[in-house]
Amino acid sequence: MQTFTYTITDELGIHARPAGALVKEAKKFESRLSIAKGPKKADLKKLFAVMGLGAKQGDELIIEAEGSDEAAAAASIEAFLKANL
Amino acid sequence: MLILTGKPVSDGIGIGPLALFRRAKVSTEVRPVSDREAELARFREARDSAAGQLQALYARALETVGEEDAAIFEIHQMMLEDDEYTEGVENRIKDGLNAEAAVEQTAQELAAIFRHMDDEYMRGRAADVTDVSRRVEQILCGASPMDASAYDKVILAADDLAAEEIMHLDAKKILGVVLSAGSASSHTAILIRNLGIPAVFGVGESMIGEPEGQMAAVDGGSGKVVLNPDAATLTEMQEKQSRFQKDREELEMVRGQESVTRDGQKIEIYANAGHLADLPGVVDNDAEGIGLFRSEFIYLESDDYPTEEEQFSIYKKVLEAMPDKRVIIRTLDIGADKKADYFKLEPEDNPALGLRAIRICLTRPELFKTQLRALCRASVYGKLAVMFPMIISVEEVRKAKAMLWEARKELLSEGVPVADAIETGIMIETPAAALISGELAKEVDFFSIGTNDLTQYTLAIDRQQTNLDAFFDAHHPAVLRLIEMTVQNAHEAGIWVGICGELGADLSLTATFLRMGVDELSVAAAGVLPLRAKVRSLDMQTSEKK
Repeated sequence: MQTFTYTITDELGIHARPAGALVKEAKKFESRLSIAKGPKKADLKKLFAVMGLGAKQGDELIIEAEGSDEAAAAASIEAFLKANL
Repeated sequence: MLILTGKPVSDGIGIGPLALFRRAKVSTEVRPVSDREAELARFREARDSAAGQLQALYARALETVGEEDAAIFEIHQMMLEDDEYTEGVENRIKDGLNAEAAVEQTAQELAAIFRHMDDEYMRGRAADVTDVSRRVEQILCGASPMDASAYDKVILAADDLAAEEIMHLDAKKILGVVLSAGSASSHTAILIRNLGIPAVFGVGESMIGEPEGQMAAVDGGSGKVVLNPDAATLTEMQEKQSRFQKDREELEMVRGQESVTRDGQKIEIYANAGHLADLPGVVDNDAEGIGLFRSEFIYLESDDYPTEEEQFSIYKKVLEAMPDKRVIIRTLDIGADKKADYFKLEPEDNPALGLRAIRICLTRPELFKTQLRALCRASVYGKLAVMFPMIISVEEVRKAKAMLWEARKELLSEGVPVADAIETGIMIETPAAALISGELAKEVDFFSIGTNDLTQYTLAIDRQQTNLDAFFDAHHPAVLRLIEMTVQNAHEAGIWVGICGELGADLSLTATFLRMGVDELSVAAAGVLPLRAKVRSLDMQTSEKK
C-alpha cells in the first residue's frame, strides 16, 4: 500500500470541477484509491463521495492506494493535487 | 404597470413580450413494476441518453462560453455516471421501485447530503443533482425535449432556471431573464452574464400566472423589472437601452486594440487584482498586465501566517493566467486599516502613520523572507515584477532588495529555479518618496504611484473619515505636482512609471497623465476598456492644456 498526505493550497478547495478531474484521474488506475479528511474517508473514484468531503484550503488529506499499479497511481494523484489543488 | 425589484445579475436592458418558461411535466410517483429487469434496462437507457445530451451540451457550451463555464456539464455527466448515483437508483429498482421514483429518491438523498454541508458553495451543488436527475426523469416519462424555438425574442420568466436549461435556448433570441428565485453566484447567473443577456434574479413574486405576451422591461444593471410599462417608462427604458448598447459597442471596438492616442502616444493599461477569483475578469476585460496584485489579501483571509507553499501556489496561478504579460505583485501591505489578528500588532493612535507595510517586513524579516521566497519560486512561471509599498527612504529600498536577492540566492543554491530577471519597483505613496524620487529611481526598475495614500498623506486628510469630504480635493494641485515630479525624475533616470490608485481610472485626468508622460495606468478590471476608449479618443497635439 502507498500512502501520502497533501495539504490543499487552492483558495476554493476541492469544488466540483477539480473533484471531477480528480475522480477522472483516479479512474485511470486499477488500484483501490481512497482520500481521507480527518475521520471522513472517501473512495477516490466516486464523485459524490469526494465532493462530500468538503475539503477546503488548509485541510490535510491522506491518500491511500492499494493494488497492482499503486505506485504509479499514488505518484499520479500526488502530481495532480500539486498542480491543481 | 407593475414594478418588481430583485438582484441585478447581468447588466443591460431587455424589452420584449413576457414568456413563461415551461418544463416538460414529469411524474415521479411510485407505481407497481412487473418486470424489474426491464425497469433496470429502461433506467440505463434513459441514463445513457441523458449523458449523451449532456455531452452535446458540453460541446455547445465549450464553443459559446468557454471551458471554465462549460465544465459544469461535464460534472453533471460524471454525476450521472457515478457509482453511488447509479447504484442508488438500481438498488431501488431491484427492490421493486419504478425507475422514475428510484431516480427521484436517489436525487433527493444525494441532494440532502450537499444541502447539509457547511460550505455555501457545496450547498449550491444540491441543485446540480436535482437538475441532472430531472433530465433522466423527463426521458423516462417520454417528455419531448423542450422546444427552444418557442422562445423567440422574449423576456423569459421562471421561478428558477438550471444552467443547462439556459444552454438549450438560443441566447440571441432571449432578450432578458427574470427569475423569482435564483442566486447571483449560481452557474446559471455566470452563464447568463457570459452570454450577455440582461437578467434580474430573486424578484420574490412568482411569475407563473402573469399573462404571457405582455410587455416587460428588464434592467439588469439596477435590478428593476417593469411589467406592462406605461408609455413614459417604456420610452425611458428604451433610451437607457440604446445608450447602454452604444457604450458597449464602443468598448467592444477597443478590445484587442492598442492603448494609443490619435497622434500615436502609447500608454499601457493594466488591471488591479487581489484574489485568484479576480483573474477571469482581468483577462475578460483585456488588461495588458496586472499593475497591482495586492498580496495582503492572502494574509487577511488567513487565520495564521500563510506558508511559502500556499503563497507560491497563488502567485504561480496569477502568473500563469497572464502569459507574456507583466504581473506586478506588491509585497505585504498590512497595518493601518488592514489588520490580521495573528500579526498581534500593538494598537496605535495613528495607524496610518504607524507600523505598516514595508516597516513590518523590515522589522520581521522571517515573515518577509517567506513571501520573497514564494515570489522567487513563482517567477519562472511568467513575467514577474515585485513592488515594495510605503517607501520613504533609499535605505529601505536597498534593504528590501537585498533580502529579495538573498531569497533568490538561497533558492538557487537549493537547486530551485528562479527567473533570471525579476523587475523590482516601489510604490510612490508618501510625499517623502515623491520628493526624493530622483534618488530612489537609481535603485529600482519602476515606480508605481499609489494616489490614494499619496493624497491622504499630502493633504493630511484621513481617507476613512467622511466628515472631511468638504476639504478633500482629489485633483489637488499639490498631489498632481508630486505626480509630475515623480514622472520626470523616473524618466531622467531611465525607468518607467505607472499609477495604480483611484486617480488612474479618473477619465478627466487621462489627458493630464499622458501629458506628464505616465507609462502605465492600472485600474479595476471593469475600467480597462473605458480607459482605453478614452485614450484612443485623445489627440495630445490639439487637446488643450489643463
